Parts: sequence; C-alpha cells; structure tokens
Amino acid sequence: MSGAWRPTAAIETLIQRATLLERVRSFFRERDVIEVQTATLDMFGVTDVAIENIAVPGYGFLQSSPEYQMKRLLAAGMPSCYQIGPVFRAGEVGRWHDTEFTMLEWYRLGFSLEALMAEVGGLVDLLLGHRVAETITVGDLVNDAFGLDIHQMNEGAFMQVAAAEGYADSRDAHEAADFLIERAISQLDASRVFLTEYPADQAALAKIAKRGNREVALRFELIVGGLEIANGYDELLDVAEFRRRCASDNARRASQNLAQKPIDRNLEAAMAAGLPECCGVAVGLDRLFALALDKRALREVSAFGSQEQ
Amino acid sequence: MATYSTNEFRPGLKVLLENEPCTILESEFVKPGKGQAFTRVKFRNLISGRVWERTLRSGETMEAADVVDRELDFLYSDGELWHFMTADDNYDQVAVGEAAMGAAKDYLAEQARCQITFWNDNPIAVVPPNFVDLAVTETDPGLRGDTAQGGNKPATLETGAIVNVPLFIEIGDVLRVDTRTGEYVSRAKQ
Repeated sequence: MSGAWRPTAAIETLIQRATLLERVRSFFRERDVIEVQTATLDMFGVTDVAIENIAVPGYGFLQSSPEYQMKRLLAAGMPSCYQIGPVFRAGEVGRWHDTEFTMLEWYRLGFSLEALMAEVGGLVDLLLGHRVAETITVGDLVNDAFGLDIHQMNEGAFMQVAAAEGYADSRDAHEAADFLIERAISQLDASRVFLTEYPADQAALAKIAKRGNREVALRFELIVGGLEIANGYDELLDVAEFRRRCASDNARRASQNLAQKPIDRNLEAAMAAGLPECCGVAVGLDRLFALALDKRALREVSAFGSQEQ
Repeated sequence: MATYSTNEFRPGLKVLLENEPCTILESEFVKPGKGQAFTRVKFRNLISGRVWERTLRSGETMEAADVVDRELDFLYSDGELWHFMTADDNYDQVAVGEAAMGAAKDYLAEQARCQITFWNDNPIAVVPPNFVDLAVTETDPGLRGDTAQGGNKPATLETGAIVNVPLFIEIGDVLRVDTRTGEYVSRAKQ
C-alpha cells in the first residue's frame, strides 16, 4: 500500500525496535548507568568542520549530539549516565544517514578507554550475537591498505593515493586522509573491528597522547559490517586545549568558506570548573537496530525516515 | 550543458566522466561521523560498457551528457556499416560502425527493432531486441525424427554467430535466439 503518509518502517519492525530499546535500557540498568535527557535545542552548535548544525532562528541550534550538555551534567556531579535521543545534522541523507537520527551516548567515570571498548562490545553482542572483534590502529589500517603513514601529513602522497583510489580532487591532506581511512574501512573483511589511535588532528574532543615518537588521539571506533557504529573517546579535560581546537576548527572552516561557529561558552565554563576523568561513546542506534533486524537502510527501522535516496 | 550535483545523482542519469558519456548505476552518500562527506558512485561507460567506480566530494558537480536513446529498425549491413531507419514517421537513416555495434551485429535480423544510444547525435551503442529469429546456415546433420534425444551441437546463423542447438535442428531452420545470452530458445513460429 502506498501513500507518503505511511511510516517508512514496517509496523512489525517498529514493534521489534521497541523490544530492542528495552534490551538497551536493561543493559544500562544492570550496570547502574543512569538515563538522562538533555535538551535538543541549545543556544550553541559545534565548531566541528564536518558537522553542520541545523539552525532554528531565534532559538539556537538543534543538537548534533548530546555530548556538550551531558558533559555539563558530569561537571555538575552526575554519575555515569546514558541518553537515547534524536540528533540532527544538516545535509546528511542516504542509505545509512538521515538528517534526524537516534543517538545512544554514554559516559563512564573512571573507565579506561579499553574498558569502554569492552562495554561497547558487550552491548553489540547483546543485540547482534557474540562475535570476536578485531582491533587495529588507524595507522596500521591505512598502512596495510595503501602503504601510507597516516600520521605523517604528507599532502602530496595522500592526495596521489586518494586519486589512484578513485577520489580525484582532494582539497587538502585532511580530506585525502578522511577518504583513505573511509576507503580502508570499506575494504575490511572482518565483521567487527575496533579502530584505535586516530591521527592527532582527528581527535575532536578526545585526549591526545604520545605513542612512541608520534601523537595519537585516544579515540576508537567500532565498525560492524563496514558501517561506523560507535565513536568513543578518552574525554579531553583541558579547557585551554578545548579553546585551541575550536579556534583551529574555525580556521579550517574559514579556509573552506564555511560559516564560523561560536565556541560553546557553557561547555567551556563547565570544563573550566572541572570535568571528571571519563570516557564517552556515541553509538548510531538506528544503524545498530538495522543490523540486528537485518534491514538494509536507516529508514527501514525509523518510523518516518527521509524519503530521498 | 547542464551540470548535476551529487545530491541530484540517480540511477540512469547521464553524465560526462573524463569526457566520456556514462550512466549512473548507483550512488551512495557516505560520511564518517567526524569526517568529510563523500558520494560513492558506480558508472557504466556507455561507449566501452565498462563499470567505473569513483568517489566524489559531496556537493561536487558533473556535466550532463547529451545522451538519448532512440528506437530504430535494422535495414541491412554492407559489411562495414550497419544501416537503420528511425521507427517514427521521419524515416531518417542512420549508419552505425562496428565499434558501436558491438555484440549486436551477431543478432540482427531484417526489421529488428533496436535501441540505439546517441551521444551528441552520434550512435555509440546498439541493443538488439531481446529475441530475434535467425536462419541456420551451417550445422552437422541431425537424425531425422530423433526429437527425443538430448544433447547439443553448434550451428552457425545467417549473421555468422554460433549458437548451441538441439540435435534435430537442420540447415535452413529459423531459430528464436535470446540476444542477451546468445542462447537458443526454440524454433521460430513460421
């Protein structure tokens, strides 16, 4: 039966989705992680070059993740907590992307990055069945795939290899690196892979640390079936470094003719007051549900996903 | 000519890639959560038939290709060129060279209605109808009346193409052939 008024997911699927949501909540209840609900609308967006917040004139921005507000909760004394809710990103629509999608995000006080990775693995096992996951550093991933050292920002080499792999016009080394990492991920054979030790300039709000003679971001991703499912961090605590990264984002925005974004003064103040040591992770819950229910697109597990493409 | 941006890409769209006309087979928006957005595209080159894969930055544009498909009826071949007539009331004639004919030249019977792809008004590809009726010009003799026996033998058709046929087929028989697979279907209804 046709009709644009109808949900994009089958009713049967939405009923199954409800069961999966209950399972996710039980997972956190068993671990004493508290459910929180932060605001979807905030005065500030993010400076991240690759993310465009949707502006709501007169009200601010729809949030692209609950990260900033959850960190403000942590700075105010909230224990380990999780959130399941809608997040919004302009211009992202496709088989595995939608302007509005469901994010599961949680923060663990006093956890190491490895401990959080294990917990993410546990959640995925719960929904998809247990499978042994491989772990590989981003450096090894790209080196194995292309013989390149992703930590040496060699613009010429990156752009040349990117072109050979079918991406003809990278504007700079960052873009070529993004493409090469994405390409290497899409060529992974294994069904579950943890990617660790991202290049320092892809740290977002993760801590940066020295590994031998290079700097790496204390960040991991979980890739399931070639799809990015989770993005986790050993969270940055240093407010001066936060300011520096926002400024650097805005400089890159300027060079790409993208609008400058003001620094979130509330997160800045919360970090100045003191964030506890913690690791946090964001999970694309719609994607995880699609994998669990054997669906081929986000809109097949979302009540009213975008109709395009 | 017009340009298309990646968010307008749809299967069937005709664009120029490296100055050759291609049709888009698949197009997928891909974006790492913290990275640049890309569009991964599979193209079929309309001249060579080969599939090309490329990744573009999302928002990039490509030039539209002036590609049109028309129906024409096959008239005859002089060995170098294949001659067709438009299936509309204009009765225009078009001559197509061997490169553009490709495999279609093995399966053309007179009056066969074909689909011809034109790029900037030049024919670049020919698709014969799904089934054509062609006469057998050469084959080993079968055993008369032995229709029950299985097995195949090669037979040469009037176009020079060779097809595997049942043993009872004789020289002069007209066969129906599936042009997509090159396989014998049945004897043609006379």
